[in-house]
Amino acid sequence: MLIVLAAIGLAFFVVPLVGLVGEVPWSELPVLLTSEVALDALRLSVIASLSATLISLVVGVPLAYALARVEFPGRGLVRGLVLLPLVLPPVVGGAALLFALGRRGLFGEPLYEATGLVLPFSIWGVIIATTFVSMPFLVITVEGALRSMDTRFEGAATTLGAGRWSVLKRVTLPLIGPSLVSGLILTWARAFGEFGATVTFAGSLQGSTQTLPLAVFIGLEANRDLAIAMSLLMVLVALVVLIVLRDRWWRAL
Amino acid sequence: MSKAALLLWFTLLAAGCSGGSGATEGTLIVSAAASLTDAFMEMETEFESTHTDVNVILNFAASSTIREQIFEGAPVDVFASADPANMDRVAQAGELDGDPTIFAINRMEIAVPPDNPAGITGLTDFGRGELLVGLCAEGVPCGDHARRVLDNAGVTPDTDTNEPDVRALLAKIQLGELDAGIVYRTDVAAADDTVLGIAIPDAVNVDARYPIAILANASNREGAESFVDFVVSEAGRSILTRHGFSTP
Repeated sequence: MLIVLAAIGLAFFVVPLVGLVGEVPWSELPVLLTSEVALDALRLSVIASLSATLISLVVGVPLAYALARVEFPGRGLVRGLVLLPLVLPPVVGGAALLFALGRRGLFGEPLYEATGLVLPFSIWGVIIATTFVSMPFLVITVEGALRSMDTRFEGAATTLGAGRWSVLKRVTLPLIGPSLVSGLILTWARAFGEFGATVTFAGSLQGSTQTLPLAVFIGLEANRDLAIAMSLLMVLVALVVLIVLRDRWWRAL
Repeated sequence: MSKAALLLWFTLLAAGCSGGSGATEGTLIVSAAASLTDAFMEMETEFESTHTDVNVILNFAASSTIREQIFEGAPVDVFASADPANMDRVAQAGELDGDPTIFAINRMEIAVPPDNPAGITGLTDFGRGELLVGLCAEGVPCGDHARRVLDNAGVTPDTDTNEPDVRALLAKIQLGELDAGIVYRTDVAAADDTVLGIAIPDAVNVDARYPIAILANASNREGAESFVDFVVSEAGRSILTRHGFSTP
């Protein structure tokens, strides 16, 4: 019974994949994948997803730490706000970003008037939209790890004379290491596949804002074979990262 | 999941399904180009008031998206496309019953935010690199029409975004995030005061011709025929004209 249910579960992921692979124009694949559209989109997707992961690491981990360890009023509300992008349709998130950070947005307009900087229709727009939707995955994973970890180790280290920074580096981070890594991988994966918020906030232009998911979506209308080839590329990149990298990191830790 | 929750789930599922299949008798699925949204919603209301036995269900998307939906076996009785190209592809695949009829003609227009902050005056502004301008993507009818118009005017556009459909493009103009875009004249009419339209000279403008046809495996052929008859009738033409279309 368990095996049958597990097989049905697996089928949800495998069946669409088989459908995709069945449509791949194999003989033209090398030409399609080395086309300018595909290479530009791959480059932008790599830059945007890695940037979003890095930003999430720098500001998301402290946020997770604050949520897990610091008592402050309204903590439940803050946690809800952080998780909002998980529930919100990405298109709504993209529209909200436009209202806030667009050239005529609440914060975007003063920024534009002061510096001439326009966030939408640029790589910055792509990175902001991507970070918005992917960071919650890191925060939720790391916060969970910090809450469930045994704080007596940190207490012992402090008693033995370790400073706060030293405790964090030598005790806390190694203990939550596996969660941190899987959180980072989840964040990267969500960022790599991000579509809705990006197209709404940053638009779509080859070479400057058109990431792989956008190129696939628009390509389905104009150039189906290219779109399918790029879909396959996404699947391959994602599988390589999720299987190879994840296994290596897990074993190392 | 507890038994009660499971039961509730099945009940909801069953209710959802029967709601759909029980009405099949008089259901008519019309898939229409996104630019027909407002006109066809009015068509639905008027048609249903005289054909009380038919329940029209409208599905709006880019014509190219509808074409793909038809190829993938989506249940569609009537297809109204924003260009003959997508209709021809469906016809060549043998998916049509009879020949398509041209029922409406649209033209392109420049749309800018109401206060026209960039001072757009015509098509040549689309070549100015310092402005933020957008078009629909290539392969989407509004994008192909817009590129033909710019080509006729001898303008090489310096676009900042190629949007997946005309509504997405219009939204960014309404918000003032784009200085200008090229959309259908009917979109400017439907957007009321949220965008300003700037006419494109007839000499370089293009006719966007809208064909309508019944699908070969339509499940409600009778309803489909009377709906198409209604669209090309005097009543249908007056709805189209009201929304900024010309009629053949």
